[in-house]
Amino acid sequence: MPHIPLPEGVPGPRGPMLFRPEVAPPMSELAEVLMRGPSTLTLAERELIGTYVSARNDCRYCQTIHGAVAAHYLGATEEQERLVRQIKSDPSTAPISPKLKALLNIAGHVQQGGKQVTAEDIAEARRQGATDLEIHDTVLIAANFCMMNRYVDGLATWTPDDPDFYRERAAGLAQRGYVGSSSRSYLCDSQKRLSGTGQDRRSLHCLEAPPSPLSSRPEESWAFAHPR
Amino acid sequence: MPHITLPDGLPGITGPLAFRTETARPMRALAEFLLRGPNTLSSADREIIATYTSSQNDCHFCQTSHGAAAAHHLGGSSELASNFALISEIKRDFESAPVSAKLKALLNIAGHVQQGGKRVTTEVIARARKEGATDTEIHDTVLIAAAFCMYNRYVDGLATWAPQEQEAYIPMGAHMAHEGYINPPAQKPATHPETVTA
Repeated sequence: MPHIPLPEGVPGPRGPMLFRPEVAPPMSELAEVLMRGPSTLTLAERELIGTYVSARNDCRYCQTIHGAVAAHYLGATEEQERLVRQIKSDPSTAPISPKLKALLNIAGHVQQGGKQVTAEDIAEARRQGATDLEIHDTVLIAANFCMMNRYVDGLATWTPDDPDFYRERAAGLAQRGYVGSSSRSYLCDSQKRLSGTGQDRRSLHCLEAPPSPLSSRPEESWAFAHPR
Repeated sequence: MPHITLPDGLPGITGPLAFRTETARPMRALAEFLLRGPNTLSSADREIIATYTSSQNDCHFCQTSHGAAAAHHLGGSSELASNFALISEIKRDFESAPVSAKLKALLNIAGHVQQGGKRVTTEVIARARKEGATDTEIHDTVLIAAAFCMYNRYVDGLATWAPQEQEAYIPMGAHMAHEGYINPPAQKPATHPETVTA
């Protein structure tokens, strides 16, 4: 059970983002830029970095959903799902490029702590062809997942068990992206679909009004944070 | 020396934020809302939670700059020295520091988040509720601590440059406390030994 009353039927970080709608725009935008924005790293490579860090942080929701998104980008076969599992347990023996191995090594050190990233980790990534921007993004993706994993588990959010749930949601994330998948209407629609009725108290507060007296209009707080 | 080529003379997180403005925008907005947005927790309390988490993560730039921001929120320039002393005491052992029982319970949550999300137990949450913390305050404490587990790793994972001495952080903390996180201060990077002025 979550540590605070979150809307029911909304998995992982989307529950607390509905509870506190002001934080959803910046958190979703950061994920969107890092994981889906223009980059010389592929979509699958970036999701694999997020998956690997989440596995090391023992966050079941994050490693399962981002592993499913990575597998989706790679072709959504059982073989790709096996590859994701192999990368989570030991990237050094997985059939992936030396460059991705070097970036996963950086990500694993970021997960342990910023100071654990050594000049040698960086030099190896450079030898394998990684650019400054790719190294920057790898560090920030890993750091961002150290936030998201703690947000998800630190509030004991809902983590579904059914593997098909993750496959289906991964396809949705790949299509709509992280900003699109955090919109209020989308979340309330999926919540209604999942719960079947949408009639319980927490569902209603999701549909009608946010629970906090301070969190009235997320769009406004976003505008407030971004004066033109 | 930073692991990648960052703009010269920008301390701590401001270097990589200037290097990659697309990610800087949401990162600045998140800090602005969490630390300075409308809240029943004071900005001083929220900066103290950020400072404590950064100290547990051994991030010199973040704990010193946010400690300075907290000191500025706590009072005027005549009280800065005693405010800095309080921040040091909280970082060393918040349980024995002269702060409210509620803030101690929230710092206890933050310390567990820093170790890992699963370390946050129902007992840790129950203690905060008993001391009067609301659901939103608990949510924000968890997210502030989690966000600093990101910012700290960003700053140290790229080996950014940061001043050692606390004096350098006094104007920085004033800017963070009073101007906020959206716009960086106008830089006077003369203290950076590697700065080459064009």
